[in-house]
Amino acid sequence: MCHFDSNLAYLAQQLINGLVLGSIYGLIAIGYTMVYGIVGMINFAHGDIFMIGGFIALITFLILVSFGLTAIPLILLIVLLVSMLITALYGWTVERIAYRPLRHSFRLAPMLSAIGMSFVLTNYSQVAQGARVKPVPPIITGGHTLHESAGGFVVQLSNIQIIVVITTVVLLAMFTWLVSRTRLGRDMRACEQDQTMAALLGVDVDHTISMTFVIGAALAAVAGMMYLLYYGLVDFFMGFVAGIKAFTAAVLGGIGSLPGAMLGGLAIGLIETFWSSYCSVEYKDVAAFSILIIVLIFLPTGLLGRPEVEKV
Amino acid sequence: MNANPDSIQASRAPGVAFILKKSLISALVALVLFSLMIGVRTEAGPQGLLVYETRFGDLAAMVAAVFGGSIVVELLRQWWGPVGIARLMPSQLTSSLSVAGRWVAPVLLIFTFLVPVIFYDQRYILDLGILVLTYVMLGWGLNVVVGLAGLLDLGYVAFYAVGAYSYALLATNFELSFWICLPLAGILSAFWGVLLGFPVLRLRGDYLAIVTLAFGEIIRLVIINWQSLTGGPNGVSGIPRPTLFGIPLDNSDAGLAARLGIEFSPTHRVGFLFYLILALALLTNWVTIRLRRLPIGRAWEALREDEVACRALGINTTTTKLTAFATGAMFGGFAGAFFATRQGFISPESFTFQESALVLAIVVLGGMGSQLGVALAALTMIGGFELFRGLDQFRMLVFGIAMVLLMIWRPRGLIGHRAPTVFLERNQAISSDLVKEGHG
Repeated sequence: MCHFDSNLAYLAQQLINGLVLGSIYGLIAIGYTMVYGIVGMINFAHGDIFMIGGFIALITFLILVSFGLTAIPLILLIVLLVSMLITALYGWTVERIAYRPLRHSFRLAPMLSAIGMSFVLTNYSQVAQGARVKPVPPIITGGHTLHESAGGFVVQLSNIQIIVVITTVVLLAMFTWLVSRTRLGRDMRACEQDQTMAALLGVDVDHTISMTFVIGAALAAVAGMMYLLYYGLVDFFMGFVAGIKAFTAAVLGGIGSLPGAMLGGLAIGLIETFWSSYCSVEYKDVAAFSILIIVLIFLPTGLLGRPEVEKV
Repeated sequence: MNANPDSIQASRAPGVAFILKKSLISALVALVLFSLMIGVRTEAGPQGLLVYETRFGDLAAMVAAVFGGSIVVELLRQWWGPVGIARLMPSQLTSSLSVAGRWVAPVLLIFTFLVPVIFYDQRYILDLGILVLTYVMLGWGLNVVVGLAGLLDLGYVAFYAVGAYSYALLATNFELSFWICLPLAGILSAFWGVLLGFPVLRLRGDYLAIVTLAFGEIIRLVIINWQSLTGGPNGVSGIPRPTLFGIPLDNSDAGLAARLGIEFSPTHRVGFLFYLILALALLTNWVTIRLRRLPIGRAWEALREDEVACRALGINTTTTKLTAFATGAMFGGFAGAFFATRQGFISPESFTFQESALVLAIVVLGGMGSQLGVALAALTMIGGFELFRGLDQFRMLVFGIAMVLLMIWRPRGLIGHRAPTVFLERNQAISSDLVKEGHG
C-alpha cells in the first residue's frame, strides 16, 4: 500500500506541507487544551467556532473587495481583526449560554451541552449561509523555489505557506507571553490549579474563564482565516473534521499542555501529509486516529502531559 | 413575623431598568454576532465567483427576537427563582408520585405491546414506534458502558455499524438467514468492543472519550473507503428481510399469510418487525437487570464509583472494563443487524458521530443507569425529532438547542435519581446529586 522513494526533494516538500497544515491544527488545538486545562471539559463546539471564523473572514473579505479596497496587506489585516473580534464574541457567548450554568454540574452535562452547541453552530451557519462550499479565488499568490532536483522535482514554498507559519509563530509568541507574563495569564494559571483558592485570593474566576474562551476562539478564528487563504474554501461542515483532528492533536500532545497542543498539531499535520503522499489519501484520517490510539497505549497522558495524580 | 413571601420576592427582584439593561446588552451582542453571518448572505455569482447580498430585515428581526427573548427569560427567572435550587415538594405529592412511578413501567410496557394492534392501519406510527424502540435498545446497550461501568463512549455507533454490516454482508454474500446472522453480528460487535477496550484500558475520562470517538470515525472511514467489501458510500442494498424462522413474510405461496390462510398485508411484516425489536430491546433490558445482580454487574458499578477502591478490593479492572465494552457492543450489534434487515439498505451515512451523540444524549437524559429513564428519554428525543421533521434544515438546529436547554434544565437527566442495587435493610432512593458518576 505504501511506496517509499528516496527522493529527498519530495520529502522536503511534504515536510513543508505537513508543517503548514500542522500549524493550523495547532492553533485550533490550543483552544481545546486551554479550556480543558481550566474548566476540565471538552469544548466540542470549538471546531465549529473555527468554521465560523472562516466564514466571517470570507464575508469580511467579500465586503472589503466590493468596496473597492485593493491593498492586499490592508485587507488581510482588517479581515484578521474583524474575524478575531466577532469569533471571540461567539466563543464568549457559547460559554455564557451553554457552559457557565453547568460549571458545577456533573461531568457529562457540559460535554453534552457542548455537543448540542456544536450542532447549533453547524446548522446555524448552514441555514444562514447555505450548504454549498464557498470558494474564493486565491488571494495570495506566488512563491519561492527552494530547490530543483535533477529529476525535475521542484520544492516550492508558496507565500501563503510562509504567511501561515509566520502568523502561527507570532501568535504563539504573543500567547506564551500572555500566559506567562500578564495578570490575565497568571489568573488563568491560578484557576487551572485551584479555582476555589484562586477565587478566595481575589481572582475573578468567571471573568478568567470567559477570557479563556475568548482567546481560544480568537486563535481558532485565525486558524479559520488561514484555512480559507490556504485551501481557498469554507463550508459549514468543515468544523467537525478539523475539530476532531485538532482535539486529537491536543490529546496527543497531552491535554492541558500548551506546547503539547502545538507539538500534537504539528505531529497530526505531518502524519496526515506523509500518509497521503506516501500511502493512500483515503486513509489519511484513519492513520492519524490510529497513531493517536497507539501513542495513548504507551503514553496514556500524551506526549507532554503530566500524569494525573489521583488522591484517594 | 409572618412576612409575605411575595413582598420579599418583590424587594429582591431587580427592577425594570435592570431587565432592560440586560436585554439591551444581549441585543447588542446578538447584533455583532449576527451582523455578518445573517446580515450578509454569500452566494455563487454568475461567473462562479462569490457575490453577497444584504439581509438587514432578517438581522433586525433576529436582534429584536433576542431582545424580546431575553426580557422574557429575565421575567421567568424572577418568577421561577434561581435555577438549580431543589424545590421541596409536599410529602404527599412525593409519595403519590412514587406510586405513579411504580406503575409507569408496566403500563408503558403493556401499551407498547398493544401498539401494533391499536395503530394497525397507521403505518407511520408503527414505523416511528420501531425507530423509537431501536433507540431504546441502543440506549440500553450504551447504558451498560456509560451508565453502569462509567466508561465514556463517544463511538458507540461503530458497533451499531459493525452489526449492520455484518448482517448485510453475511446475508447478501453467503445467504445466511437473519436468525443465524443475528448472533454472529452480536459476536462480531462484541469482538470489536474488546478490540477497542484493549488500548483504552489504561486511559481515563476524556482520553477515553476521544479514543472511542476516533474509533467510531475509523470504522466509518474504513467502511467508506473499503469499496470492494462494503460498497463504499453507495452502501449495501438488497439486504434480505427477516423471516419467521424460515417462513418469509411476503405474498408468495410459501409466505406466512398463505400458510395461515389469511390475506396478505404488508402491515404483517411491519408488525413482525415491531415485535422483533421489542423482543430484542426487552432482552437487552432483562440481561442488563440480571447482570446488575451478578458479581460482574456489581463490579461495573463499583468501577464507576471509584476505580482505585475497586483495585484495592481486588477487582480485576481489566476484565471488568472489557466485559462492559463487549456487552454494550454486543447489544449495539444486535440493534445494527435489526436496522439492516428493517431498512434493506445501509450506507455509511447512517453511522455518523451524530448518531453516537444522540444515543449518548438519550442515556444521559435518561439519568445514567435508569432503565425506565432511558426508554422515556428515547421516546422524548426521537418523538421530538419526528415532530420537527417538517422544519427541514432547521431540525438539527432545533435539536441542538433542545439538547443545550435540556442539559441546563436537568443536567442529571429527566429521571434524576436511581435506586442503589445493593442496600442495607431497606431500599432507599438516593438523589443522584450524592453519587459520583461518569468518572471514566
